[in-house]
Amino acid sequence: MKEIMNDLDRWRAQGRRVAIARVVDIEGSGPRLPGAAMAVADDGEVAGSVSGGCVEGAVVGEALDILTTGDRRLVTFGYSDDEAFAVGLTCGGTIHLFIEPLDW
Amino acid sequence: MPDSIYDLWHAAVTDHRPVALATVVEGPGTGSKVLVGDGIEPVGTLGNPDLDRVVLRDAVGELAAGTSGVRHYGAHGEAREDTVSVFIETFAPPPHMLIFGAVDFTAALVRVAKVMGYRVTVCDAREVFATKKRFPQADEVVVDWPHRHLAGVGGSLGPRDAVCVLTHDHKFDVPAIKAALDTQVGYLGAMGSRRTCAERLERLEADGVDMEAVRARLHAPIGLDLGGRTPEETAVAICAEIIAARTGRPSASLSTTDGAIH
Repeated sequence: MKEIMNDLDRWRAQGRRVAIARVVDIEGSGPRLPGAAMAVADDGEVAGSVSGGCVEGAVVGEALDILTTGDRRLVTFGYSDDEAFAVGLTCGGTIHLFIEPLDW
Repeated sequence: MPDSIYDLWHAAVTDHRPVALATVVEGPGTGSKVLVGDGIEPVGTLGNPDLDRVVLRDAVGELAAGTSGVRHYGAHGEAREDTVSVFIETFAPPPHMLIFGAVDFTAALVRVAKVMGYRVTVCDAREVFATKKRFPQADEVVVDWPHRHLAGVGGSLGPRDAVCVLTHDHKFDVPAIKAALDTQVGYLGAMGSRRTCAERLERLEADGVDMEAVRARLHAPIGLDLGGRTPEETAVAICAEIIAARTGRPSASLSTTDGAIH
């Protein structure tokens, strides 16, 4: 989250709504450690990353959905996963993300 | 309006103060947060005072270890239950790299160390060389004798920090190594040809330094045995050795091989 602090500041100063996704857990070969973070502004601008690039596209969709619903939730990407979220990580690992609006 | 948790987190990270942010990621109160740090009152709540108490205790533990992860609790913080999942994320200040000697290798090492996330100090007793202009990316450029500088800041060095001695001059590097061995610094390396390093060991021994500590902690010649030559390649070899020293992975260091350095 530290790495994207400047973007978060800028977006907040501009009054844009922001969703933040953080890696909270990984199983197997995950490319990024817990704490890796990515943020999505309400117009779709993105900062940071949560994987080697495999799931970022899907995270943008989740994040924009969360900005609409105000929801907060755990989202899992990987092979051992529901079909619904079966966006594969090329490394074969599984990552658990917590996605929420930055309203705190 | 009181500062939000984000604002308080922001201020701590900006001031390089270690903090942990605990967030309920599953279960009742999902999204609620507590921020805790060294010497500050915890801010926020996870919705239950018993849960707060247990999570704060665990957060302090994660903070000390520098780790982040999910822990599971009962609704009142009970162990061996999993009603509530809490992500405890720690934010440690950047590790510190102290580079002694203001030479061309230093400029390259400053750049690579910044990529690696270090706060970098360059220290040299010669004021014409130790200038901010020569090391624009260094966080701090100090004109002082290395061992005198270490006498001031040595107590702040810990296992994540590094001291790299690039002075190439026994008059500076022997007292610097001696002083660095008295700190808790995690990585200590010194540059020099094999002959320079052998001579330096003799001087350290003559100076009464504990040679067992030297053998255990001093990486000299500094760096992994990558065969590089330029200041930039040398800087990569040094930073690679710091990683290998931390992880304990088998990688050939120049200090454990005996062939030509280049």
